[in-house]
Amino acid sequence: MQAERQTYFSGTRDYIASQELQNSVNVAVALGRPLLIKGEPGTGKTMLARSISEGLGKKLLIWNIKSTTKAKEGLYIYDTVQRLYDSQFGDHDVSDIKHYIKLGKMGEAFLAEEQVVLLIDEIDKADLEFPNDLLWELDIMSFDIPETGETIKAKHRPIVVITSNAEKELPDAFLRRCIFHYIAFPDAAMMKRIVQVHHPDLPQRLLEEAMQAFYWIRSIGGLQKKPSTSELLDWVQALVVGGISPEKIGKELPFLGVLLKKDQDFNTVLQRLQQPETPKRSPAPGILRNW
Amino acid sequence: MFIDFFYLLKAYGVPVSITEWMTLMEALARGMALSSLTGFYHLARAVLVKSEAHYDRYDLAFASYFKGVETPLELTEKVLNWLENALPPRLISPEERKQFENWDLEELKRQLEERLREQQGEHHGGSNWIGTGGTSRFGHSGYHPAGVRIGGDSLNKSAVKVAAERNFRGFRTDETIGVRQFEVALRRLRLLSTKVEGPKEELDLDGTVKETADKGGLLHLAWTRGRKNQVKVVLIMDSGGSMMPYMRICSQLFTAMNRSSHFRDLRFFFFHNCIYQHIYQDASCQMNSALKTEDFMRLLTPDYKAIFLGDASMAPSELTMVDGAIDWYYTNEEPGIVWLQRLARHFTHAVWLNPIPAPYWERTIGSYTINLIREVFPMFELTVEGLEGAIKKLQVRK
Repeated sequence: MQAERQTYFSGTRDYIASQELQNSVNVAVALGRPLLIKGEPGTGKTMLARSISEGLGKKLLIWNIKSTTKAKEGLYIYDTVQRLYDSQFGDHDVSDIKHYIKLGKMGEAFLAEEQVVLLIDEIDKADLEFPNDLLWELDIMSFDIPETGETIKAKHRPIVVITSNAEKELPDAFLRRCIFHYIAFPDAAMMKRIVQVHHPDLPQRLLEEAMQAFYWIRSIGGLQKKPSTSELLDWVQALVVGGISPEKIGKELPFLGVLLKKDQDFNTVLQRLQQPETPKRSPAPGILRNW
Repeated sequence: MFIDFFYLLKAYGVPVSITEWMTLMEALARGMALSSLTGFYHLARAVLVKSEAHYDRYDLAFASYFKGVETPLELTEKVLNWLENALPPRLISPEERKQFENWDLEELKRQLEERLREQQGEHHGGSNWIGTGGTSRFGHSGYHPAGVRIGGDSLNKSAVKVAAERNFRGFRTDETIGVRQFEVALRRLRLLSTKVEGPKEELDLDGTVKETADKGGLLHLAWTRGRKNQVKVVLIMDSGGSMMPYMRICSQLFTAMNRSSHFRDLRFFFFHNCIYQHIYQDASCQMNSALKTEDFMRLLTPDYKAIFLGDASMAPSELTMVDGAIDWYYTNEEPGIVWLQRLARHFTHAVWLNPIPAPYWERTIGSYTINLIREVFPMFELTVEGLEGAIKKLQVRK
């Protein structure tokens, strides 16, 4: 049992992964390829890496990508400015460049004594060339530090999880090397399981009302930002903390600000709520109007 | 092994490469398809398909290749139950409700079954597939279509059926842009980032080394420009009569661009069929909102990325003749094409988006003027893929 848990990912206590997603993860792990995850914001892309690390009992390293991040920073940083400053005062030994080389997250992952899970979060935020700059390192799992002549080689091939919000297209050469999975928005049954995992003691009635209101809001056409899973979880939390009775949820939509983040969306939903002929509760998510 | 499937995928427009195919073979050799077609469906998709936009094509190819491999289609008990529970037309508008009253549940079930069966056969771009088109009786939701629900339980369903459901049809990029796709399209416009202007706020290592060396070893920091999005965009739209059929899609692009905040500057201008010595700041194209095109070019420096949006279809005289403008009171001393060429020379980065699909450019009524304008501006159709191409074009100088 223990041994199986080490090699086969099947979701964790607080993260429900669909069968497809589990398969994709396991394929990526077995083949040693990076796993590229796309999906609507709030569908748990980042959480997946945590869950993999927890489920397989491996350490998680997170490399958060920003618009200014360069590929080399993930490997190592050579702090030249510090070295130059130090050289002016002469109170440090500047002859050894090694003191000024700091490993980035990828370098850390390579040098870890055990296999780790490396999350490269929101890769699409970086510059267009960023993924291409990482191709070689991800492929052969080693890199050189020309300043010291060292070669850092992965002791254990890390499990690489890459998330993308599709803000930019990723280069084909990069995509070819990845295993790809698109996390579809969970359907009502799946969503129920997800909410229950996070709030196990939730009264049934409250959950149903909240879910209905949630899918009703998602069904309204013209929303700029549809509420997502993570927002539903926060909302349910707010409803519980606020002690809202289930009857009120569909009628008044309390704490709407947790679900909707844009003024216009707020107004749209409130308008629809006030129209008497519009049902505030949806019979089932399957037949909602979307436009 | 399955090598025909590889070529079929390519034929359906899924960009598969040998590398990926070899990866799939490796995975199969390790028994990762779990010896089932469903397993193979997911495995092959994860390895071969790298964009949700291609999921639909993959589904089509898969359904066509493996058609008949598994048991024929059956409606499961679950689906029927779900139908029974969930079809009361509570959220349907009154007109639609009227239609609905004429159908009983049995009839609906029969229809659904029929449609599912049709779907397995030839089905390319039909309009009443369950839940996705928005016109089918079986669901109006794009995000939670009935189709997804029906195919959701993948464990006791055949892979062919899952494939045939084409749940990812909404992600196809070659369809004309709809409400949902606009968000994606706009994000693509963010590609237009540039490093040529803006404040210098990042350390320039090489410069620092050089300047420090120049100063005899005394540290001197040099700075370079950050990598913010500094792009300026001008959208110039045709608001003429022939654009009426495309008004919805154009106003969607207009609204979406208007809302986007990631451009440094964004301007809108309008014209009627063709641009002459005046350009308008208002869609009505009245003289009170007119701006001399000369002044327009002075106002908008060449570093603005110009996007022209129009069907480029007009009477040839409007483009090639003096006084050819469509409005009878308007006289132009120079033909429209001269003005267009002038604008093309002015803006170093310019594209023309055409709501008419590219395959019709050679055959439609306006094909003569379309082709004349295509010689002046690189023209793209107004679809996600077209827009993508246009954005790429806007990144390089003509």
